[in-house]
Amino acid sequence: MLTARRLGKRYGEKRVLRGIDLALPRGGFHVVTGPNGAGKTTLLRICAGLAQPTEGTIERAAARAQVGYLGHEPLVYRELTALENLELYGRLYRVPERRVRIGMLLERFGLWDARHERVASYSRGMTQRLALCRVLLHEPELLVLDEPYSALDEAGAELLDAQLNELRGERTFLLATHDPARVEPLATGALALAS
Amino acid sequence: MSYVRDVGALARKDLLLELRARDTLPAMLLFVAATFVIFHFAVPGAPSRLETSGLLWIAILFTALLGLGRAFVPEREQRTMDGLVLAPCDRSAIWLAKSIATLAFLAAAEVVALPLYALFFHSVGGTTVAAVVLADLGICGVGTFLGAMAVATRARDLLLPLLFLPLAMPIVVGAVGATVGAPVVSSPGRYLGFLALYDLLFAVICWASFEYVVAE
Repeated sequence: MLTARRLGKRYGEKRVLRGIDLALPRGGFHVVTGPNGAGKTTLLRICAGLAQPTEGTIERAAARAQVGYLGHEPLVYRELTALENLELYGRLYRVPERRVRIGMLLERFGLWDARHERVASYSRGMTQRLALCRVLLHEPELLVLDEPYSALDEAGAELLDAQLNELRGERTFLLATHDPARVEPLATGALALAS
Repeated sequence: MSYVRDVGALARKDLLLELRARDTLPAMLLFVAATFVIFHFAVPGAPSRLETSGLLWIAILFTALLGLGRAFVPEREQRTMDGLVLAPCDRSAIWLAKSIATLAFLAAAEVVALPLYALFFHSVGGTTVAAVVLADLGICGVGTFLGAMAVATRARDLLLPLLFLPLAMPIVVGAVGATVGAPVVSSPGRYLGFLALYDLLFAVICWASFEYVVAE
């Protein structure tokens, strides 16, 4: 699904990533760990197609429509409601039976009752749940998740655990976390980045 | 057809955001109204159509600049551009939708501007309205493209006018030429044609190259 060879990234003089090799098979679940500043986010952005490496090569079997990316930002509009945000992404990703799929996700992540409220009124945890709905909306083949547990309370984290468990094997995951123990039972591979 | 649907969904989002936040349009309306009032007192007596045409286009251009500067603010502040860039739609749809939304705001400002111009200075004829429509297309198309470039930089507030105003000079030349009319200009239609050509040329350039503006 994803193969990276001698991957590197520089921002001007600053090198943030060097010599990364990664082979992520279809259905694999790779966990990326490392201290702050090790380049986890940069690596994930490259893998999602949001950034270009300055060294090495990357081959991605998934097209843009088959990638689901969760970054540090939820990538939703605060002045729109949860429903409006998901409607927008559902249209852009041409999700079949969009309304049903949106309803199901909002229900699953406990946001159904707040679906008509603007995201600006959401707590950080609710916004993260909505971001997860956005990522899963188009049923991507490759899920690139950067710290997906951040801001989630225990109930939210358990919901995410259940979702990851359900999709494991069917989808391919690349997940960065500071808490590898949480996803250890699911992982098929790991990549530890040094600072 | 799906391209049109993408543009529609994105433009609807931009209009909805403005409807909720009311950040841009009230500022544009207030600015253009204040500008005409200032011009009215700054140019006393009975200024000629030649002079006031220039004032009209200065007001329109700077009002547009106000809207263009805000066009990508939601994407910048809420970092949502990544979400749009990752979506499988043609990236030029983002540019076209933003241009349409900015055009709607500018048109709303002109609904106030043109009657004020007629009240304080001279009547507004069909040629002037045609020039306004054609100039708006160019202003919003080019301005939105440059706005997307500027928003990625630290000096975004400074960069947009610096990039936009030189590129808007042909618009001002064409628009003033079409607005002044006889006896100063013998055939205002040629100026309208010039504006249409500018719009077409820059629309193609912006449409084809927007992909490279938003991709890293």
